[in-house]
Amino acid sequence: MSLSGWLPILAGVLAAATPLLIAALGELIAEKSGVLNLGVEGMMLVGALTAFAVASGGAGYAAGALAGALAGVGLAALFAWLTLNCLASQVACGLAITMLGSGLSAYAGRDYVSRTLDGMALIPLGGGFGFDPLIVTGLLLTVLVWYFLQRSRAGLVLRAVGESPATAHALGLPVRCIRWAAVLFGGACAGLAGAYLAIDYTPMWVEGLSAGRGWIALALVVFAGWRPGRTLLGAWLYGGVGILQFHAQALGIAVPAQFLGMLPYLATIVVLTLIARDPLTQRRHTPASLGQPWHPHA
Amino acid sequence: MFSPRRRQLLQFAAATPLAAAFASVPRPARAAFPKPELPLKVGYVYVSPIGDAGWTYQHDLGRKAVEASFGDKVMIKVIESVSEGADAERVIREFASSGYGLVFATSFGYMNPLLRVAKQFPKGIFEHATGYRQAPNVGIYAARYYEARYLTGILAGRMSKSGVAGYVAAFPIPEVVMGINAFMLGMKSVNPQAQVKVIWVNAWFDPGKEREAAATLVAQGADVLTQHTDSTAVVQTAEDKGAYAIGYHSDMSKYGPKAHLSAATHHWEGYYRRVVQQVLDGSWAPDNVWGGIKDGMVGLAPLHPAVPAEVGALVATKKQDIIDGRLLPFQGPLFDQAGRQVIGAGAKLTDDELLKMNYYVEGVVGQMPK
Repeated sequence: MSLSGWLPILAGVLAAATPLLIAALGELIAEKSGVLNLGVEGMMLVGALTAFAVASGGAGYAAGALAGALAGVGLAALFAWLTLNCLASQVACGLAITMLGSGLSAYAGRDYVSRTLDGMALIPLGGGFGFDPLIVTGLLLTVLVWYFLQRSRAGLVLRAVGESPATAHALGLPVRCIRWAAVLFGGACAGLAGAYLAIDYTPMWVEGLSAGRGWIALALVVFAGWRPGRTLLGAWLYGGVGILQFHAQALGIAVPAQFLGMLPYLATIVVLTLIARDPLTQRRHTPASLGQPWHPHA
Repeated sequence: MFSPRRRQLLQFAAATPLAAAFASVPRPARAAFPKPELPLKVGYVYVSPIGDAGWTYQHDLGRKAVEASFGDKVMIKVIESVSEGADAERVIREFASSGYGLVFATSFGYMNPLLRVAKQFPKGIFEHATGYRQAPNVGIYAARYYEARYLTGILAGRMSKSGVAGYVAAFPIPEVVMGINAFMLGMKSVNPQAQVKVIWVNAWFDPGKEREAAATLVAQGADVLTQHTDSTAVVQTAEDKGAYAIGYHSDMSKYGPKAHLSAATHHWEGYYRRVVQQVLDGSWAPDNVWGGIKDGMVGLAPLHPAVPAEVGALVATKKQDIIDGRLLPFQGPLFDQAGRQVIGAGAKLTDDELLKMNYYVEGVVGQMPK
């Protein structure tokens, strides 16, 4: 196939991977601090609706994306208060946040279902090429998260909190504040991922717009073994499988579409099994206190 | 969430001897339902939010028509987003036990819950869309969507420059396959070289995937797109990519002001008015209706101004031919994708054969998932 044949495929893969990537990076940071937030899908939906409402109200795409991220932060704050201050179960609260987010966005979004919005304009590079600002944001975010976790002192502190909150506390680190910040960052990313779907990718608002992408993002974090670089590769893989199977179908190539659709999940199971077989890797990358409530006075 | 199951009827129908249900169920003996007290309480159960276009939206237009025609003789209540499991039975029973004399259940998956409730409330009248099981107080109804698909295929065939149309489809069940084939045959009738490329997204509702599939089809040379999924994403993608689009369920022109050539639309207004009138007259009896364009249950949205008058006239003629029974979309000789003859010249597919359709006709590109 010529270059012009591959370009739309590459662009499609990048676009399909972006919401998964952004949401997964946010969840990765939250999980590295030891908090498992299963509410990604709900935060994405609320972010998507808020972004669409703001952008279709004429405030512009940047404002829409920002509003979407803030809406995700709002829902994440509720989650953080419940799990970090009230010590409620992270799993139960995460599921509740997903249900709340889906219901809330469906209810509040009824009037936006019929509205239309033009997709975001590309930033031109010349020569007929251009790039999508949110796709580039996702790529930059990957680098930033990698640098933060692997090369900065603050990242080291975050990882320490995720490994052993009691030890971190004994060292005088503000464990709860750090976890709050990590959860809020996760919410902002989920909201931004939702915003990307609503104002850029589809661009539309309907109930259940994210169609399970929040759950794929959660799987992606595990698939990537809590590493940003692998998260990026995983997002490309997840996005790429979808796009390639569409192209194969339209070309008339006999691929069982269901099989290709299943591949990412199969890969996740395989990776989980491999991690489980190698205790060293598991210890090196899985936050040891993931999902466990911790309180300084408990 | 939008639920897929309503359409799986045909899959089940195909797998059971009940497939013949649509075509030839012996009509149960007339159970007399006396004239109801006024106002007649009518309940509607919807599987998804009403929204602004789509399957449920069209049923709700029918509901509004009943309200407009019968005024205070009826009292209508709607419950939307009722999932097809235990919720459905609860909602239908709630209607039946609080004096609703007529209940319309508008999704395939309501079939078994509805039959259970109907058995317990033999005086209530129940109407079930797209199911295949009747009872003395349960009537069923569906529409021949494929007739409108054939006409939109003609439109696509005349408007396409590349001769390639793209079709975004949800699941390979006979109802969807019937639509693809009818569209292909319509397109082929005006352009023998025409091709329809199909992409299965394996979801009834996933705007992201529908958009990706639509963009893929455009990248591979399709310049007219249509879909058998639940969102408006394909029409919007066509608008963005400068391709033509043909909507489904509802007129989707506002989602693609430049792209939307027409749409294959569903219409329940006439049917709902007729049933309500029969119930009010005390003349209702369970029936099994599979209505087409002739019955006003399927139609075409207004054509885009860019469609040349001569093409519009052709579509109108063919539409009249279908109404008059001169033209059957699935008329012999019919060849499958591999070129094997399915039926010879002069023969036609029976309703039973239509409801079991699991092959592509000649001209469709792609492999049907098994």
